[in-house]
Amino acid sequence: MGGLSTCQRERLANWSSFLSPLLDEVNRTETPANESGPLPRGAELPKALTGIRGLDEITRGGLPKGRPTLICGGAGSGKTLLALTFLVNGALSFDEPGVLMTFEENEEEIASDVASLGFDLPQLIAARKLAIDYVRVERAEIEETGEYDLEGLFVRLDHAIRTVGAKRVVLDTIESLFAGLKNDTILRSELRRLFRWLKDQGVTAVITGERGDGALTRQGLEEYVSDAVILLDHRVHDQVSTRRLRVVKYRGSHHGTNEYPFLIDANGISVLPVSSLALQHGAPMDRVSSGVARLDEMLSGRGYYRGSTILISGTAGTGKTSLAAHFLDAACRRGERCLCFLFEESPQQLLRNMRSIGIDLEPWVTAGLLQFHADRPSRYGLETHLVTMHEVVADFKPTVTVIDPVTNLMTVGTYTDVQAMLTRMIDHLKTANITAMLTSLMPGHTDIERTETTISSLMDTWIVLANDTVGDRHRRGLYVLKSRGMAHSNELCEFVMTNRGMSLRHPVAAPHAADDAQDGSRKVLHATV
Amino acid sequence: MRQMTLKTVPERCCMQLSDRPATTSADAASVYSLRLYVAGQTPKSVLALKNLKQICDEHLQGRYDIEVIDLVQNPQLARGDQILAVPTLVRRLPEPIKKIIGDLSNTERVLVGLDLRMRQ
Repeated sequence: MGGLSTCQRERLANWSSFLSPLLDEVNRTETPANESGPLPRGAELPKALTGIRGLDEITRGGLPKGRPTLICGGAGSGKTLLALTFLVNGALSFDEPGVLMTFEENEEEIASDVASLGFDLPQLIAARKLAIDYVRVERAEIEETGEYDLEGLFVRLDHAIRTVGAKRVVLDTIESLFAGLKNDTILRSELRRLFRWLKDQGVTAVITGERGDGALTRQGLEEYVSDAVILLDHRVHDQVSTRRLRVVKYRGSHHGTNEYPFLIDANGISVLPVSSLALQHGAPMDRVSSGVARLDEMLSGRGYYRGSTILISGTAGTGKTSLAAHFLDAACRRGERCLCFLFEESPQQLLRNMRSIGIDLEPWVTAGLLQFHADRPSRYGLETHLVTMHEVVADFKPTVTVIDPVTNLMTVGTYTDVQAMLTRMIDHLKTANITAMLTSLMPGHTDIERTETTISSLMDTWIVLANDTVGDRHRRGLYVLKSRGMAHSNELCEFVMTNRGMSLRHPVAAPHAADDAQDGSRKVLHATV
Repeated sequence: MRQMTLKTVPERCCMQLSDRPATTSADAASVYSLRLYVAGQTPKSVLALKNLKQICDEHLQGRYDIEVIDLVQNPQLARGDQILAVPTLVRRLPEPIKKIIGDLSNTERVLVGLDLRMRQ
């Protein structure tokens, strides 16, 4: 094992190219923090990239280089992992060896804790890119008499830093010293000296601290480490756990001030930075075909706008997925990379079903142009879904993304949460100029408004599919409810599923069926608005 | 009159003080093997060594070794005995290992720490 999985390695390799547009975005979207310091605009402090997706965007480039940062949070909030990821990424990707001084777990324990994330600490130690020093303080073993200082700690840290030429240092969790030593006065003045000393060494340091009652840390470490403070939080709501991260303080730099959800999974930590909607996406003029010629015609003859967001809504069995399949097929034919999130069917099921109406998506999957990502909505919390989707999008770099059906996600969280999550997701896709199609399952006549208002205002194009029954005939209809920025058709179009896909007929208002159509369209409108 | 020997231990570059005659077959259990960790010749470390010698001469006559380790010269030795504060006195023998940190100015507490006196 080389420290990281191939996937992680690739991600890190793509890091800077992935980062710069996002940084630009964040630069535009974040409001300047209050304590931006005396620095002139644009001349921010030098920073050390963490390599943690999202965190580098929020902090606009990482942690303050050559200064200490405090990371605090409750037990199990991910402090150690965050700190360790900072070290490992530094050693592997940024040519900055690191020192971990741990006060709670020994080398072996730490190494086995993070082995599942693909971090091979023994290998890094062997390569002299990492040094770990486990400091154990046992109060029962120690008698204190007279004056002392913590020079021993300094000597050890200095030795470790020299051994690997460290540029990054993590102290995890130095507050343990307060449990091991009795003389708080000495301890406090020595810690102050230590943080000063770390600055003098020019190392970028991360100090972790346990969340205290009414204070950021139990021992008030925030008083000593005043350059940057990051707070981690782990909440459980409705049995769904959400981790959140907030940059409480970042002296001399702008930073995102919100709480950002983050996730710890097999790939380590990811933070979601996108939550402030600045509405500053570009507005491309070029258009992409819907895959159905007649529908393109209805959309002023040229299909959807590239980078726009399209909602396809309809009750069960109205052909939402089929319309999405047409769109995917057309996009792949143009050579675009398409990503499809499935929350209802398995990819195999979808491929089979679409083949039955003459749309064969399999070759695109084989060619690597189309990727499916199927998951049960109930499997994780909303934030996890959101982070996962972000990750998959960032890895695959699609230009078209389909979420089928987006409504299944509604079951996972509260109304506000779902709306917030979708807003962030759509915002992210728009920013990246990805054309997004979301299908929405309307549960008969109930709950429609609730479902639709959640996301409808975010949509550029909204196509409604409906069934109705006239006499003994079951008809399928489609109309464009809205489509921003184009003169779209207002007709209700009947369509049939053929073995060559959806076939749209001319407007339902044909002379012989005028009355039915009027009825039908009214019924449809009634059902959806 | 006891003989105080002072010799350097090459592999550790540290000073060793002993008042035991080399040939003595003193009861191994009663020999105190002590190590004093310091960081440079600071007033605190000088004071600690002075205090330690006094206490040993008074209470451990003829049955102690003191090894003085300067961490400035041998930083790598700090890990082994988990040294953090200086000065730190480590009682390596008899077991269990005991640590006393500080300049050892409170004789009473040093004796308690070395198990030479019962905790009050």
